[in-house]
Amino acid sequence: MTEIFGIPTQALFGQLLIGLINGSFYALLSLGLAVIFGLLNIINFTHGAQYMMGAFCAYFLITKLGIGYWWALVIAPLAVGIVGMVIERLMLARLYKLDHLYGLLLTFGLALIIQGLFRNEYGTSGIPYAMPQELAGGRNLDFMFLPNYRAWVILASIVMCLATWFVIERTQLGSYLRAATENPALVQAFGINVPRMITLTYGFGVALAAFAGVMAAPIYQVNPLMGADLIIVVFAVVVIGGMGSIMGSIVTGFALGLIEGLTKVFYPEASNTVIFIIMAIVLMIKPAGLFGTQR
Amino acid sequence: MSAVQELAAGAASRARGLAHQRIATAVMIAFFALAPLVAYPVFLMKVMCFALFACAFNLLIGYGGLLSFGHAMFLGTAGYASAHAAKVWGFAPEFAILFGTACSALLGLVTGLLAIRRQGIYFAMITLALAQMVYFFYLQAPFTGGEDGIQAVPRGKLFGVLDLDNVWVMYSLVFAVFVGGFLLIHRAVHSPFGQVLKAIRENEPRALSLGYDVNRYKLLAYVLSATLAGLAGATKVLVFELASLTDVHWTMSGEVVLMVLLGGLGTVFGPVVGALIIISMENYLAQIGSWVTVVQGVIFVICVLTFRRGVIGELGRLIGKPL
Repeated sequence: MTEIFGIPTQALFGQLLIGLINGSFYALLSLGLAVIFGLLNIINFTHGAQYMMGAFCAYFLITKLGIGYWWALVIAPLAVGIVGMVIERLMLARLYKLDHLYGLLLTFGLALIIQGLFRNEYGTSGIPYAMPQELAGGRNLDFMFLPNYRAWVILASIVMCLATWFVIERTQLGSYLRAATENPALVQAFGINVPRMITLTYGFGVALAAFAGVMAAPIYQVNPLMGADLIIVVFAVVVIGGMGSIMGSIVTGFALGLIEGLTKVFYPEASNTVIFIIMAIVLMIKPAGLFGTQR
Repeated sequence: MSAVQELAAGAASRARGLAHQRIATAVMIAFFALAPLVAYPVFLMKVMCFALFACAFNLLIGYGGLLSFGHAMFLGTAGYASAHAAKVWGFAPEFAILFGTACSALLGLVTGLLAIRRQGIYFAMITLALAQMVYFFYLQAPFTGGEDGIQAVPRGKLFGVLDLDNVWVMYSLVFAVFVGGFLLIHRAVHSPFGQVLKAIRENEPRALSLGYDVNRYKLLAYVLSATLAGLAGATKVLVFELASLTDVHWTMSGEVVLMVLLGGLGTVFGPVVGALIIISMENYLAQIGSWVTVVQGVIFVICVLTFRRGVIGELGRLIGKPL
């Protein structure tokens, strides 16, 4: 068996793959947070719960309606996104004139409610969700074994991230969005319905989280608390990347996933904390984050 | 009204304001002195520990405008440090508490230097992430006993003579710690330091332009808050003879935010009332088990949407005086 730095390549690449998978979820979730923060100036603490709701939605679709993975990948983000838009209209919209911290507190409360309700109903042991038939099995690359489903998750999230980047940075809709981020009053004066845009943006950010949740379901099982600790790591990712740039969130997400994977190989004790340590170092050197601007 | 008259009127109203706050302080102290005659003392000790914890948190958000979402790391760090000192090293209780508090102060200094580099939402996220890092450290560190925690922490004899296994002696100690901490915060808030802190909260660039070293004031407030939260944590460990992961978990950080929000952000007595309500709720609603999280979430949502002043804030508005 070949080795690199005394580590068998199989183990090394295996952990790097897991790192990339985690990185995919970090990227999708921090991207959603960044999109929402850009327009709403709210840090969406409910994001982890909405990620979990996406996974549960896929689980309900298969058990109650017999609808499989591929349709769940479309339906779950739509459904959770609509729930998110209702929350935005009914609750978050009342807070825009207040200190931004109230948005954080409200979404934290919502996360407690949602996670609490699901936990009461389904416990904390996790429910398995079968991966789609088409993606079962894997292929043997020369240096490692690559399960098809994992390759698909990485590919799908890269495509999703780049599509989001393209819409926001390169289309007319995106230009409205960026303009409204800079100066909502002026954009509204040009006849664009900014409140509706805010609602749709929140819905979209939430849908991204739910999309990540559906993709995570076959890997991590469906668990009411699957998003609770993850969201804190994603917060650290957001602090490291800074929320100024869409591409920045994507790159930071994947990079940190990889670093975490590498840490699992070389110094497993620190794999839980390495992202937080990187955050501390980044704060010392560049407080605004790697891609951010102080605001 | 001339400027001098305005100043005089301001001073007079401030004096009146302080007069009724003195009365309220006396009522609160009397409440905790007499309450054990009718209520379960261990429950009241828990309330006082959390009240001090909440007051320490409120010092940061109410007067410094900094929302920390990681205050559990100070509660838990002091808890583990004092439990370890008392159980393994055989420290006397007063030194165990001091040692735990000092550890939290040190942690406050280190994390504070990082966290105050950003404001607002970022500050909240950074403190939360740092606290999560501390949580994982305790989860893996061998001396904390992992999921079991440090159990059967000896209370020992205070100053070598007062046996803390006597519930009334223990109660007196917690009472003294709580009142002392409360008065210290009160003193800090009304000192020139507290005034500068308020100025920074209201308008940071202006405070900066007036020549105040804004970051030093923020750091000082942060460390003071961490120290007092640590004092609460160390005392709590002696009461329950247990240091566990619950005290460092992010849910604990959320809980203290909830106490202060419910009682009234930036009010003097709000954190105490908030702690009393939340701890009572957890005690008497224990049979609903895991619904407590849902109930807490609902209280969060209601407070943010319709009740932002909190109990004491609304009460103060009703009588027209800040409480």
